[in-house]
Amino acid sequence: MFRIALKMLLGDRGKYFGIITGIALASLLMIQQPGILISIFSRTYSFISDVALPDIWVMDPMVKYVDDSQPMLDTELYRVRGVKGVEWAVPLYKGNQRVRLGDGQLVSSNLIGLDDATLIGGPAVMLKGRLADLRLPDAVIVDEAGATGRLAKPASPGKKTEPLQVGDILEINDKRARVVGIARAGATFQSQPIIYTTYTRATTYALSERKLLSYILVKAKAGEPLANVTERIRHDTGMAARSADEFKDMTFLYILNNTSILTNFGFVVIVGFIVGAAVTGQIFYNFTLDNLRYFAVFKAMGATDRMLRRMILLQALLVGFVGFGLGAGATAVFAAITRERPGLSMTLNWQLLLGSSIAVAVIVLFAALISVRKVLKLEPAVVFK
Amino acid sequence: MNGPTSAVQCTGIVKRYGSGEAEVLALRGIDLEVRMGELLMLVGPSGCGKTTLISVIAGILDQDDGECLLFGQDITRLPATERTRYRGQAIGFVFQSFNLIPTLTAAENVAIPLLINGVPFESAVAEARARLRDVQLEGREDALPTQLSGGQQQRVAIARAIVHRPRLVVCDEPTSALDGETGHKVMQVLKDVAVGSDRALVIVTHDARIYEFADRIARMEDGRIVSVEQAERGTTENAP
Repeated sequence: MFRIALKMLLGDRGKYFGIITGIALASLLMIQQPGILISIFSRTYSFISDVALPDIWVMDPMVKYVDDSQPMLDTELYRVRGVKGVEWAVPLYKGNQRVRLGDGQLVSSNLIGLDDATLIGGPAVMLKGRLADLRLPDAVIVDEAGATGRLAKPASPGKKTEPLQVGDILEINDKRARVVGIARAGATFQSQPIIYTTYTRATTYALSERKLLSYILVKAKAGEPLANVTERIRHDTGMAARSADEFKDMTFLYILNNTSILTNFGFVVIVGFIVGAAVTGQIFYNFTLDNLRYFAVFKAMGATDRMLRRMILLQALLVGFVGFGLGAGATAVFAAITRERPGLSMTLNWQLLLGSSIAVAVIVLFAALISVRKVLKLEPAVVFK
Repeated sequence: MNGPTSAVQCTGIVKRYGSGEAEVLALRGIDLEVRMGELLMLVGPSGCGKTTLISVIAGILDQDDGECLLFGQDITRLPATERTRYRGQAIGFVFQSFNLIPTLTAAENVAIPLLINGVPFESAVAEARARLRDVQLEGREDALPTQLSGGQQQRVAIARAIVHRPRLVVCDEPTSALDGETGHKVMQVLKDVAVGSDRALVIVTHDARIYEFADRIARMEDGRIVSVEQAERGTTENAP
């Protein structure tokens, strides 16, 4: 009877396509929106992820998230280096600076100053040039998104902008900077261009301030429990010290709690679920109602309640499977298209697919449940009416 | 040991609809026997209880009082699932409006009772094709119901009613949607394939043009059997 159930469903093409379209749209919304949300949230701590080498980030206790660097005195670096269990500690500058383009336009950019000696914290993937070239005079490395986007060379009339190239000259706070490399970096929450240079040069680009040290990056000695080293740094220096994961969580939670992003995306996801459930449930229920007479015929002819339940469940699972497949497929295409783009992008992971597939299963089971209920209450004697 | 000589033995069947002042007595103590090997027609005006009676006989409606034995067995005493399965094996149905599934081919429609009884799909469809040949629908096995005439659709319904070799076939107005000539052909097919020495056929009808096919005719009025006639002899057997 399963083949009969499927033929009944597939034969009614209008309703079949209506149901799978409803589920596909619901799936699309339930995968895509959280996917974009995860992508946005991951951008909030992408800088911490990019700076992969250190175990511990030391910062001013007032820092709330990674972009909220509260400058410290350079002397704090030496105090941290003196803490037991610290293998090495290097300075990191992170701040917003204004970059002047060729047409005079000012673009706010994220300036990263790396330890002059080690260049720890630099980009992992160099597309053009070498990281070591940062030691050349006035050298800066620009991230790919910035080079092709907001820092791209202004267009001549009637022409497109041209990506920034190695050898091009910029002005950072009216000081000369020469592009020596293009790197790939994680997109940031504010989508600002990222400019890498040495710590010393960064402090010259920065406006005159007494405190310029944003973070101290620390590597713990081998065999030293990270928590112990972190605690010692806090205790001995009065600074805040966090593991990279703790700092990511802190940044993530700050953005989560201080913006309405989650509410907005969550609302769309919930609407997707409710609309999907309502549309699918209604069309599937109508499909069952249209076939109620035939279900009564099956009952009269000896189909047990169990058989009818399984037939309806199979129909529901088929539309759920096909609808979810289409929705997830469309989302995967969207994710693939946006993967390499600096702007809108989304993360598609197995947890998201699992969660949305469970939500779709709930929708189709709900649709099946209300339909089964109707069929089981049906008196087979209606076949003679 | 011999089996029962009656296909159906109803005694004192009462069926009510509604309650209180809205109560309607649809069957008022029906006594009726359907013998093995016969074609019994239930006739009478609209609303006299014919359809209610065959619903009770077929085990798809519970009577409020009385007893209805189907091949010597009171199926109302069976658990619900057993009763449903018994119905699936022992009874075939033909409906006034055919009730063919529009998205299935003729052969697939006919195969349904076999599928319900657990026969694999391919075997069931092969058997269904054979039954369609019995009702002179060879070559139309893969047609959808909408591609068939009314007479052809009813023959598909007849093939569906007999494909699993039920011992009792109940039909509700099988010719009312057909013209006279087609109705005759359908009745001839029905009588040829559904009546046998160990089987019986009960037909509810208004259609006097097909009375000639009956072995006996039971007339109903106002929830009662008022007469049962031997159709060939035309004599009244009893008139409660």
